[in-house]
Amino acid sequence: MSNEERLEQLREEAWHKGIVAGSGVDVAGGPIPKKPGYYGEPVVRPPVWTWEIPLYFFFGSIAGMSAVIAFGSAIFHHTGLAQSAMWVAAIAGAVVSPLLLVMDLGRPHLFLNMLRVFKPRSPMSMGAWILTAFGACAVPGSVALELHAHQIFPGGLDQMLRIAAGFFILASAIFGTLLATYTGVLIGATAIPAWFLHRTLLPIHFGAAGLGSAAAVLELFGQRIPPLNFLGFCAAGVETALLIWLSIDKHGVADRAIHEHRSGWLIRIGEVLNGPLAIVLRLLGLIPFAAISFLIGALVSRFGWIAVGRVSGSDPEAVFASQL
Amino acid sequence: MIGDGVQSTNQRRHNYVQENIEVGFFTDPTVCIGCKACEVACKEWNQVPDDGYNWTGNSYDNTGHLGASTWRHVMFLEQDRQKGSQIVGSLGDEEADDPFRWVFLSDVCKHCEEAGCLEACPTGSIVRTEVGSVLVQNDVCNGCGYCVVSCPFGVIDRRPKPLPDHGGAFKCTFCYDRQKSGLVPACAKVCPTESIVFGRLDDLRARGKERVQQLQELGYNDAWLYDPQETSVGGLHAFFLLLGEPEAYGLPPRPQIPTIYLKSAWTAAFATAILSIAATLLGFALFS
Repeated sequence: MSNEERLEQLREEAWHKGIVAGSGVDVAGGPIPKKPGYYGEPVVRPPVWTWEIPLYFFFGSIAGMSAVIAFGSAIFHHTGLAQSAMWVAAIAGAVVSPLLLVMDLGRPHLFLNMLRVFKPRSPMSMGAWILTAFGACAVPGSVALELHAHQIFPGGLDQMLRIAAGFFILASAIFGTLLATYTGVLIGATAIPAWFLHRTLLPIHFGAAGLGSAAAVLELFGQRIPPLNFLGFCAAGVETALLIWLSIDKHGVADRAIHEHRSGWLIRIGEVLNGPLAIVLRLLGLIPFAAISFLIGALVSRFGWIAVGRVSGSDPEAVFASQL
Repeated sequence: MIGDGVQSTNQRRHNYVQENIEVGFFTDPTVCIGCKACEVACKEWNQVPDDGYNWTGNSYDNTGHLGASTWRHVMFLEQDRQKGSQIVGSLGDEEADDPFRWVFLSDVCKHCEEAGCLEACPTGSIVRTEVGSVLVQNDVCNGCGYCVVSCPFGVIDRRPKPLPDHGGAFKCTFCYDRQKSGLVPACAKVCPTESIVFGRLDDLRARGKERVQQLQELGYNDAWLYDPQETSVGGLHAFFLLLGEPEAYGLPPRPQIPTIYLKSAWTAAFATAILSIAATLLGFALFS
């Protein structure tokens, strides 16, 4: 074995195991590195986010879009549905989501620093404000709606509660749509090639997945009404279209993390579950199964997109290819 | 500047912070000897913890890459190319030319003119200083990790457990504390060959151009300045002279600041927001 081959072997070993056993080699002959870039080191940095963030994307979008459904059902006098939807919005948006976000911080005790500045150029700052505003509207909204629905207070006070509920539900719906979609902007406006190359697709994907998931959750809570089925169809239709879009809009090496590796499989499985499969199940009238399929798909694809970021961010060739 | 002794901008006291003068680093691999004194000086002055004693097997580089606990990183490139006008020959008895060069470059945070990390930071922890450098205020950072994916050069990172001050984002501070007291950044101060030069940014840019010309005349045909002013990054306050293509140094050929993607992404988000409200209302209107 020549020195170069031995050294290559040592490099491989060091690369994969972090340590090398056995003796070194004479470097005479000048081995030339074979890995892309600088010894295959990442050029940009992969995300440090762990499981909390994809889970937050999932729950945040359910919360946001539940408020939208609550708004629609309140306008069309489905008070029972509006109540359930606002509870989903309040619990997922004001309890679960902030908890997940705080847990992911490197210094959770400093979470309030998120509200130290208002920075339109930072999607992370916008997201923190959107989530805060959403929580501040969804919680009083659901309480006011509940009090109004049970006619706890007499006449005039109840009228005021009705107006307050209407106002807070409308505001929750507006902030809710942003809560469900800003996460796409958050990861789309980064230096990670597979993310920024799909920055227009991501907010649409996250928003549609949020709307479908919110409808699915409410259906699983027993709200089997045609408007929710319609929304389920719409969301699954959009997800199917996005699946096709992703398979057409390929960028070769630059976004190969979406089409290869384990991350690629997560994306594919997620999109099939919340796209075509959910449609077929709905057409067959198996609504609970369609709802479960959509929810699992939405969850898996969020984990998929974070996994894509990790693979793509660690891939120097992807960064170079995205800048040609 | 070389031969200026203590009067060199790398050595003498200054008032750049007080006078709001933009400063920079110019790093020149053609005079770097790969001693890693800059790495050591940086760690010592800034009390940066060790981040593992790993053997990478990549030439003499066991540092790997810049990170939360590595603010200077000396790269060791082994290339099958001629260095300047060096005479190439085979090492053995073979007759074939066997060009080989070893290039050392001390990598550092680029302190971009338009900094991705600074724009991304939701806490206002990352700020621009009087001298134009980008500084992370450690006590404000809550470790959200968004700057990590927003840096086009993969410089800033969140420090993992169990290192001291873990959870926060860290990178080169440009020795802001030293500069406030009129001192030169530790890495430049200690560099024995003035491969790292600290000084006024405009002076350094002129000096860099001069050096490239000088090297070209000496036969270094692939010498050039890596300072992407034409991309959205808008230039670097810590720029480099490179031999050959930037990819070999793990530097992006055309770095972009991620904020340029905001417009299209937010447009898609707003469109989705409006359409989802419309679809919901339509659903209830049709099926109620």
